[in-house]
Amino acid sequence: MDLRKPHAMSVLGCFVFKPNLKKRKISVPIEDYFSARNNESEDSKLRFETYQLMWQQMKSETERLQEELNKNLFDNLIEFLQKSHSGFQKNSRNWGFQIKLREIPTAALVLGVNVTDHELIFRSLTEALQNNVTPHVVSLQAKDCPDIKHFLQKLVSQLMNCCVDVKSKEEESVQVTQKKTHCSMDLLSNWYKTVTQKTEPKIPSKKRTTSSQWHSPPVVLILKDMESFTTKVLQDFILMSSQHLHEFPLILIFGIATSPIIIHRLLPHAVSSLLCIELFQSLSCKEHLTSVLDKLLLTTHFPFKVNEKVLQVLTNIFLYHDFSIQNFIKGLQLSLLEHFYSQPLSVLCCNLPEAKRRINFLSANQCENIRRLPSFRRYVEKQASEKQVALLTNERFLKEETQSLLENLHVYHVNYFLALKCLHNFTSSLPKYPLGRQIRELYCTCLEKNIWDSEEYASALQLLRMLAKDELMTILQKCSSVFKSSSEKQLGSTAKKIEEFLAQFQSLDADAKEEEDSSGSQPKGLQKTDLYHLQKSLLEMKELRRTSKKQTKFEVLREKVVNFIDSLVRDYLSPPETQPLHEVVYFSAAHTLREHLNAAPRIALHTALNNPYYYLKNEALKSEEGCIPNIAPDICIAYKLHLECSRLINLVDWSEAFATVVTAAEKVDADSTPSEEMNEIIQYPFISSTMVPEHTELPANALWEETQDGSSSSVPATHMGEPDLNSWLPASAWPSFSCCGF
Amino acid sequence: MPHLENMVLCRESQVATLQSLFGERHHFSFPSIFIYGHTASGKTYVTQTLLKTLELPHVFVNCVECFTLRLLLEQILNRLSHLSSSEDGYCTEITCDTFNDFVRLFKQVTKAESLKDQTVYIVLDKAEYLRDMEANLLPGFLRLQELTDRNVTVIFLSEIVWEKFRPNTGCFEPFVLYFPDYSIGNLQKILSHDHPPEYSADFYAAYINILLGVFYTVCRDLKELRHLAVLNFPKYCEPVVKGEASERDTRKLWRNIEPHLKKAMQTVYLREISSSQWEKLQNDDTDPGQLKGLSAYTHVELPYYSKFILIAAYLASYNPARTDKRFFLKHHGKIKKTNFLKKHEKTSNHLLGPKPFPLDRLLAILYSIVDSRVAPTANIFSQITSLVTLQLLALVGHDDQLDGPKYKCTVSLDFIRAIARTVNFDIIKYLYDFL
Repeated sequence: MDLRKPHAMSVLGCFVFKPNLKKRKISVPIEDYFSARNNESEDSKLRFETYQLMWQQMKSETERLQEELNKNLFDNLIEFLQKSHSGFQKNSRNWGFQIKLREIPTAALVLGVNVTDHELIFRSLTEALQNNVTPHVVSLQAKDCPDIKHFLQKLVSQLMNCCVDVKSKEEESVQVTQKKTHCSMDLLSNWYKTVTQKTEPKIPSKKRTTSSQWHSPPVVLILKDMESFTTKVLQDFILMSSQHLHEFPLILIFGIATSPIIIHRLLPHAVSSLLCIELFQSLSCKEHLTSVLDKLLLTTHFPFKVNEKVLQVLTNIFLYHDFSIQNFIKGLQLSLLEHFYSQPLSVLCCNLPEAKRRINFLSANQCENIRRLPSFRRYVEKQASEKQVALLTNERFLKEETQSLLENLHVYHVNYFLALKCLHNFTSSLPKYPLGRQIRELYCTCLEKNIWDSEEYASALQLLRMLAKDELMTILQKCSSVFKSSSEKQLGSTAKKIEEFLAQFQSLDADAKEEEDSSGSQPKGLQKTDLYHLQKSLLEMKELRRTSKKQTKFEVLREKVVNFIDSLVRDYLSPPETQPLHEVVYFSAAHTLREHLNAAPRIALHTALNNPYYYLKNEALKSEEGCIPNIAPDICIAYKLHLECSRLINLVDWSEAFATVVTAAEKVDADSTPSEEMNEIIQYPFISSTMVPEHTELPANALWEETQDGSSSSVPATHMGEPDLNSWLPASAWPSFSCCGF
Repeated sequence: MPHLENMVLCRESQVATLQSLFGERHHFSFPSIFIYGHTASGKTYVTQTLLKTLELPHVFVNCVECFTLRLLLEQILNRLSHLSSSEDGYCTEITCDTFNDFVRLFKQVTKAESLKDQTVYIVLDKAEYLRDMEANLLPGFLRLQELTDRNVTVIFLSEIVWEKFRPNTGCFEPFVLYFPDYSIGNLQKILSHDHPPEYSADFYAAYINILLGVFYTVCRDLKELRHLAVLNFPKYCEPVVKGEASERDTRKLWRNIEPHLKKAMQTVYLREISSSQWEKLQNDDTDPGQLKGLSAYTHVELPYYSKFILIAAYLASYNPARTDKRFFLKHHGKIKKTNFLKKHEKTSNHLLGPKPFPLDRLLAILYSIVDSRVAPTANIFSQITSLVTLQLLALVGHDDQLDGPKYKCTVSLDFIRAIARTVNFDIIKYLYDFL
């Protein structure tokens, strides 16, 4: 890692969390990193370009998805805003309207606890509102508004800026001088008056057709994190603005992460009665995840795949820790990057025609890489001996074979996802969900092993054999729509077969009616008799039923369907490890991912102190267990010595031990006791290294009192505030650590 | 003055008092008048109408809007100068930072012809906000007449009694005037006053009677009642419009409206359902029961470990630390509750509220209640922080304390039980209060 390069660290630090294309372009080194470890022959540049291309595609795909998912919510919201505002505008002379309380229209937007995703939603919401409702959209954060003064200041400055964008720049200077002096509601309503008056004469001017239809567009204020606002600020602002509502048409949007009850908890009745609150709920983030997975991984659109462990890591972080789609996508991006970085053959991880073209240009080195792939070796071993020789020696033959293998892999994936979706349709409605309710769980099991060997699969089939006809038919209909929606023409016969099944079920209906008519007379047998006869006749009937245990037509058909799905699974859902060349597209380094995404600061700290070689990569620090090298950083020595004692350390002993270790090397050549002067030189680093008390969990507090009245009072007190030691990052900043090892 | 009586109902005695206090235009009035009474008891309305109809020079300022001294003083001065110079249209922005400047500038402004020889009134609405501002403000306004040597009266409007205002020093006792709550008869009279033009006054009065019968027990806020009256009136008229009942058919109309109003009390009045939604429901004639109110959405979806962190925090907040051994260690032995208790612990911890606990205790409990091994990763720690921002946990002490921060769990028992149920954790078994 070259730290001398400008911004090298900052790029590394923010890369995973804030991909900023511009920044990356300025400080080019990323590309160099790709080639730094592997030599040029392994297409590092091409790999990097492929990565960038694919990431761009994935990103735009997720953005599109996001837009689609938000569309419904936004449409409702916009409709509400327009409706409530046009209510204002009518200004009807109607009797009720004049007496009724003027309530501030308020949309309570419940977004879920994944706060990291909210920023994106608000950004697109602002955009949507600006395009459809009003140019005056302001969003505020709680941390900017500790009191009402700051609140209004922010509001005023944002409002005036956003209107400057629309209008000419000349007015800017006038307004800016005005703003700092005093921000009151009067100022706001005056401003609003001037703005609306200005726009009125030139209505048919710009493309904002919808917004200029209204003479006075409303002002929309978004409070991004409702929970964090203080009661007083909100209360005062609402009281104030409700007084000015007729001259300053305000609409509020509350961004709520938990539940709408928070409104009642924050605002007293006197204030909440000034609001006209309507609730809007965004899509649950779990559903969101499902659709993201469906669009990015459960598709042949992107050749890149992850194996079961990686998928586990990513979904576990999502489900167990943060519910954040953004982080999930970042994780996926990291896997993508890591895949292209660490796997030389990932150069073939692109769409099929391009991959075939690239195979022709593979270097000898890369061919060797192919031969070394475990899956390829397994494949070779299964071939006839002549072919084996040809594969291992003839480069051209190898390339041809690779092309066909890649094509097979592609076909395998096409079939795989179709079969997976079919199976999911079958199992997702079973009681107790033996194979999981979500397709991602099913996918994980299928990736891991032969699913048909598992107990859950057997029990699922058992349950399938008990399904009723209408359930079975709806499932089959869903399956057939899965086949119809896919553009690929694979598995055509299967689709046809499903159609056949459906037709057969329908014809069963007709048959069943006839049967019913014929057997309608049967259950007449029970007539009024005594108990004995009743029992007897019941037993007889039971007997009769057992002997005539002939399956009905429906049961036969059901059996057929179950067998059909079973064969589908066995044919197409074998785990990817069985496929030759699967390493090209599958990313499998789950542990790297976990290290980066789910970092453990305490453990990392322990490793760093206990085994400095792990991070410093200095050969001299390499040492066997239990031995303390004297060239290790002072703090590591102190830490290791403290580990050797159990609970409490005598400071003098510790200091002595420290001195012994540090001077160990010198003692060999100069066999004299260290002088007084020397002693002090050693004491200093020792004391500064014991200054890291809390986080290494040294029993330092007790020790310090000893030190203060002891001889070592020469330590300057300012040492305590040494920034690199004591300014520990707050818990919220910890995740940014995770990319340090990158 | 018959005109004024028509506009101000049921406040005759207060109006008379005020009028006699004001006296003639050029008379010096009482230096400061303090008017208090409940929400919507007509303080603002009476003062405003009185000053307007008598055409007295006055400034009306709402103290909520003026959150700084400067805003308040400047607003008063600017409006005054606007009053005095309205004829020639000459008006400049006055800046004023201190009360001292205010007194000086006030003298200048009131020198104008139009304000001479008559009492100037300054009305400060929501005067309780003055208490949070500079200490010299309230005493200053109380004796503004004395300080400026001008004919000026300051009127304070507040919902709080004067005793809660009285500053320590330099206080001049204002004239205190109480606006009592409207009686049910008063309410009836006032509400019936604004009947819609299409219907007769009697018809509307009958409706108001029913409305008050339902709402009077829970709500005496005139504004709110008026709002509710307007909201529900279309429903009341419905049988008449349809021709099913005549305007005199009170009993039928009552049967139609009464259940409707009761439903309104549980929903619109509490702002569970917004007024516009309520109107829409009325128009569509659907059952209001279908629409869920805000409180119905209590469910909060949390990540798996966040749930356990919250549960652990709840346990740490409501169990005494000494009992942790008993709940989370395998071989704790039997401890009988009675012997084990210290005296103060005999009261339920749930009555005393959550207690703060250190981070390490939270983590220790977390590790023991989660089945699988939890690594102390950065994600776990950041979840704790995000629970704090969601106000489900509260950080006790200052933000700056980085080592050994303390937290409190702020969720309710019902909430935590719902959370615990989703992860199949029997929280009651772990709570000391329910042993």
